[in-house]
Amino acid sequence: MDLFEHQAKELFARHGVPVPTGKVATTPEQARAAAEELGGRVVVKAQVKTGGRGKAGGVKVAEDAADAEEKARAILGMDIKGHTVHKVLVEQASDIAEEYYASYLLDRANRTFLAMVSREGGMDIEQVAATNPDALARVPIDPLSGVDLAKAHEIAVAAKLPERALDGAAELLAKLWDVFVKCDATLVEVNPLILTGDGRVVALDGKVTIDGNAMYRQPDLAAFEDSSAVDPLEQRAKELDLNYVKLDNGSVGVIGNGAGLVMSTLDVVAYAGERYGGVKPANFLDIGGGASAEVMAAGLGVIMSDPSVLTIFVNVFGGITACDAVANGIVSAFHLLEERGERPSHPLVVRLDGNNADEGHRILDEANFGFIERVDRMDEAADRAAQLAAQEA
Amino acid sequence: MATFLDSNSKILVQGITGSEGTKHTRRMVASGSDIVAGVNPRKAGSNVDGIPVFRSVEEAVAETGANVSVVFVPPTGAKAAIQETVDAGVPLCVVITEGIPVHDSTQVWAYACSRGNVTRIIGPNCPGLISPEQSNAGIIPASITKRGPLGLVSKSGTLTYQMMYELREIGFTTCVGIGGDPVSGTTHIDCLQAFEDDPETEGIVMIGEIGGDAEERAADYIEAHITKPVVGYVAGFTAPEGKTMGHAGAIVSGSSGTAQAKKEALEKVGVRVGRTPTESAQLMAQIMGHPLS
Repeated sequence: MDLFEHQAKELFARHGVPVPTGKVATTPEQARAAAEELGGRVVVKAQVKTGGRGKAGGVKVAEDAADAEEKARAILGMDIKGHTVHKVLVEQASDIAEEYYASYLLDRANRTFLAMVSREGGMDIEQVAATNPDALARVPIDPLSGVDLAKAHEIAVAAKLPERALDGAAELLAKLWDVFVKCDATLVEVNPLILTGDGRVVALDGKVTIDGNAMYRQPDLAAFEDSSAVDPLEQRAKELDLNYVKLDNGSVGVIGNGAGLVMSTLDVVAYAGERYGGVKPANFLDIGGGASAEVMAAGLGVIMSDPSVLTIFVNVFGGITACDAVANGIVSAFHLLEERGERPSHPLVVRLDGNNADEGHRILDEANFGFIERVDRMDEAADRAAQLAAQEA
Repeated sequence: MATFLDSNSKILVQGITGSEGTKHTRRMVASGSDIVAGVNPRKAGSNVDGIPVFRSVEEAVAETGANVSVVFVPPTGAKAAIQETVDAGVPLCVVITEGIPVHDSTQVWAYACSRGNVTRIIGPNCPGLISPEQSNAGIIPASITKRGPLGLVSKSGTLTYQMMYELREIGFTTCVGIGGDPVSGTTHIDCLQAFEDDPETEGIVMIGEIGGDAEERAADYIEAHITKPVVGYVAGFTAPEGKTMGHAGAIVSGSSGTAQAKKEALEKVGVRVGRTPTESAQLMAQIMGHPLS
């Protein structure tokens, strides 16, 4: 889960990382009130979960409260790389002497954590890494010992931060590590990290990604979830506990068991779709290994309610749950849907292979659903699903 | 010969008394695995189908000589369970558990390294591994393939099964599901080297997916160290940027972790990569001189 800047800063503040004083506003009037309360010059910042908002005009300095209202009016509703701005952060303007960069992240390749700190802040760090790699210190962090003040100092020195910023930066880096560990983050990034005119080190921006697997022990962070930005179909699938991702511009609804097989199914559908004018998959939906009737029915229900879906491809490999059980699950799923008055209005292609495949096929054939077409090999089944979607279009 | 797991493997199951633990213990027994013990500190002294349940891994190992542990313990207790296996010096720990926080996995890895790295951890969030007709540690269905000359390493469970089934006429020495989490105890590279070292393995199938750069690093490794033929498959060409596709580690971030980059890295070092799982299976069958029916 990615957090908004203002949420990241709330976590920073909770753990003692210095941030500018600020308030969130969802209307120009609220922005004015916030600016009045803060007093003096403020910065109005679009809250969107994407980079490059400064360049897009999403960050503006306001001289007073009336100006803050104007600036907020200009920013709210703006589209930044496909993200609509629904709220702004109004912050006291900072006196910036220098700009640095700091982050902690998961280093997948080395199975450890990494601190990255640079004295070149305020710009795209990937660009710094590419054009001036010496300016970016990468310090591996032992997950068992973490970052204490001494280690934080070592990181700040490795980044060649200037002498006058070292103590402040070390203190901030040690507290930022607390955020990283205590919030189960996979990324905390501060860009820029600033040195103010009066010598303080402050996090001027904040980006935090929380590990979804850790949400069970981060109950406070659940409130940060932004349901307004979630696709309505994804929201519904989530409520049903389904592993679903909506894809753009697709017409073949896909259901399968196992994340890898479903990812592969999307690819095979898109590959086959090239032969039919660019037919694409409409979604990712993994119903897991068990493929029970209830889960299958819930999954089919979500996909059938997607208006962009013209045909459905059910791709199941019967492993632990053998094909006869899966076939019974599919048959019961359609009976369940029928009871609810939800009949598929588009054709379905079912591919079922693996353990006890013959019996599974017999069960499907016997159920005699007119809308189901059985194709037993994955590539051919994907081809048929793409062809049917092209015909339905 | 086989890799990591063979007919001498004596398996203990952590979390044997849970519903998943019991169910899959029965499946492992049915597929010929030697399951010698279970562990649950609260149910020590009881048994599951005659398999004795012990208080700790240490005790189970002392009493039964178990040399493999399969972990079904839920995410909240998984870190402690794996560390217990490491402390007991069990050479192989197979972590089936899905949903372990990545801070825990990273700490476990550091812990295992700090203890001399004597325990090979496979997973977490993996289906386990099977050496067909010898032993099966985890949840892989045993009856969809047979023993033969191929090695298989994969991040995905069902794609492992799909590939085992596609190539069932040729068969496998060992199939390893390394799991789809961002941090795994065993990597593609570890398995490639083990298959290279195993005299019975003649060809290697490697299945990857979006996220991270494990496949790119495996490609470099293949070029430098692997002499046996390798066929690849990569899933996730159509995955959108920034979305987690089922597996915690399966995410394209910015321009990194794409399927296209992985495929190109593998092809650059001479690995043939199929566009579908079936095509990859056919490529391997061709190499083995054993066309599939």
